[in-house]
Amino acid sequence: MNPELINISYIVASVLFIFGIKMLGKAETARKGNLISSLGMLIAVVVTLFDRQILDSKDVASWYVLGICLVLGSLIGAVMAKRVKMTSMPEMVALFNGFGGLASLLVGWEDFYYNGFVKGVEISEFTKIATIAAIIIGGITFTGSLYAWGKLSGKLSGRAQVFSGQKLVNGIIAFALLAAGIAFSIIGDVQTAYWFLIGAVVVSLILGFAAVMPIGGGDMPVVISLLNSLSGLAACAAGFVIMNNVLVVAGCLVGASGVILTVIMCKAMNRTLHNVLFSGFGAKKQKAGGQASGEMKAISTDDAYYALEAAQNVMIIPGYGMAVAQAQHAVKELGELLENNGATVNYAIHPVAGRMPGHMNVLLAEADVPYEQLREMDDVNPMMDSVDVAIVIGANDVVNPAAAQDEGSPIYGMPIIEAYKAKSVFCLKRGKGTGFSGLENALFYQPNTRMIYGDAKATITDLVSKFKE
Amino acid sequence: MELILLLFIFTLSAFLGFELIAKVPSQLHTPLMSGSNAISGITIVGAIIATGGTAGSAFATALGACALILAAINVVGGYMVTDRMLAMFKKKGGK
Repeated sequence: MNPELINISYIVASVLFIFGIKMLGKAETARKGNLISSLGMLIAVVVTLFDRQILDSKDVASWYVLGICLVLGSLIGAVMAKRVKMTSMPEMVALFNGFGGLASLLVGWEDFYYNGFVKGVEISEFTKIATIAAIIIGGITFTGSLYAWGKLSGKLSGRAQVFSGQKLVNGIIAFALLAAGIAFSIIGDVQTAYWFLIGAVVVSLILGFAAVMPIGGGDMPVVISLLNSLSGLAACAAGFVIMNNVLVVAGCLVGASGVILTVIMCKAMNRTLHNVLFSGFGAKKQKAGGQASGEMKAISTDDAYYALEAAQNVMIIPGYGMAVAQAQHAVKELGELLENNGATVNYAIHPVAGRMPGHMNVLLAEADVPYEQLREMDDVNPMMDSVDVAIVIGANDVVNPAAAQDEGSPIYGMPIIEAYKAKSVFCLKRGKGTGFSGLENALFYQPNTRMIYGDAKATITDLVSKFKE
Repeated sequence: MELILLLFIFTLSAFLGFELIAKVPSQLHTPLMSGSNAISGITIVGAIIATGGTAGSAFATALGACALILAAINVVGGYMVTDRMLAMFKKKGGK
């Protein structure tokens, strides 16, 4: 196949990616958009397989290798995608993302090794810069995503891991990485440069771990979107290494969209990216600010049932606790029973509820909650006054009135779902502990709030059975 | 010249990316993320080139092969997972 045809096909693929992303932004067209973008990917892959460079190699063995790797990787990906439970979606996305980053790292490494040693051609400084960028960004993306995967799947502690001098240590690691990168780019001798490349591979992998370590589970929506953006940039850098336009376009699109999502998530917490990445938020129990007075009043499911039976307008506010308890199906059943009982039921979704952007939407959609009932924060807050009962399921910081009222609070200014305005509030909680931020939640101490302790799923199921009686 | 052209493409794509995603409803955040994550698997094209054109060096081929497997997982898994999610969202229309 001649180079013109290949490049034209790459342009077609790029256009399909652009349309795909555009369509992913609208509910009606999203699924089609994903298909269109996958078609673009298919074109890019097939055309590349026909690339002259590869055909001319007349190396049958390398065709076998290509075929086997493609089939093997596709199979693994397909099985993982089929098997994963919706509740495990955040860690799955993180893991795939990490794989993409590592692939870009390997592409950069291979290119330098092959061209520098095997073919022995002169490698331009620009190509070296692109190579080291692909390696550094790809390496950070890989181990950062792995760590996020560990935290999200519960294999590692979700709390922020901080130690004294951590910032200094991370600073030194980052500096070493930068130095290795610069040395690699300016040193002419291939062998010496190669050692710096290996060094950069190792240090970038360390930095990925070290950077995600001090970030707590509740900040994961930001981290995942940022890592997503980085994996795009790594692919983009790899595109500059092999001078390939489709990699540059697609990688850059993903990089840009990831940045936007990251900014949206930060805004939803009223924190800067810097604060999320470096503050070790939620590592310790907060003492100052937001001291709530009064006592938490518990309520039995019997009494809760009577209140719900009389309610005309119910707002369900889910949080990470619902995901942990896997209570979404029970919640949906309760919602339907309440509706049959004549109540209006809505779900109020905070943008950072859960562990990834849009986490609650995915879970509730899985449970078949009609999508018109999933309301965004800005829509529900004005109608909160008229809500008879707000049911807070495993959410904490996103309904903490301190964010609106207490200027001394670390989360002051964060937009919240104003559950405290409802006529009465039921909070489903496992125990009396604080949420991710470590803050006391004044909502729990309000006179119109009742706590229902226990596993969220068990509690909801209990309520459901009472409605059925 | 080719380099300048690529940088040109890069710059325009960045602006295009920002424009495309500017207003996306929050319920689509997860699919958007996992869908764009699949697109970042475009590095598979680089992996194919890295694996295919490397006769004579087993180590280079091995590096490329690892990249190819990982990228293929990223691409296929990413698209399928996104489709699964979006299929759930869609059912509501028919209700």
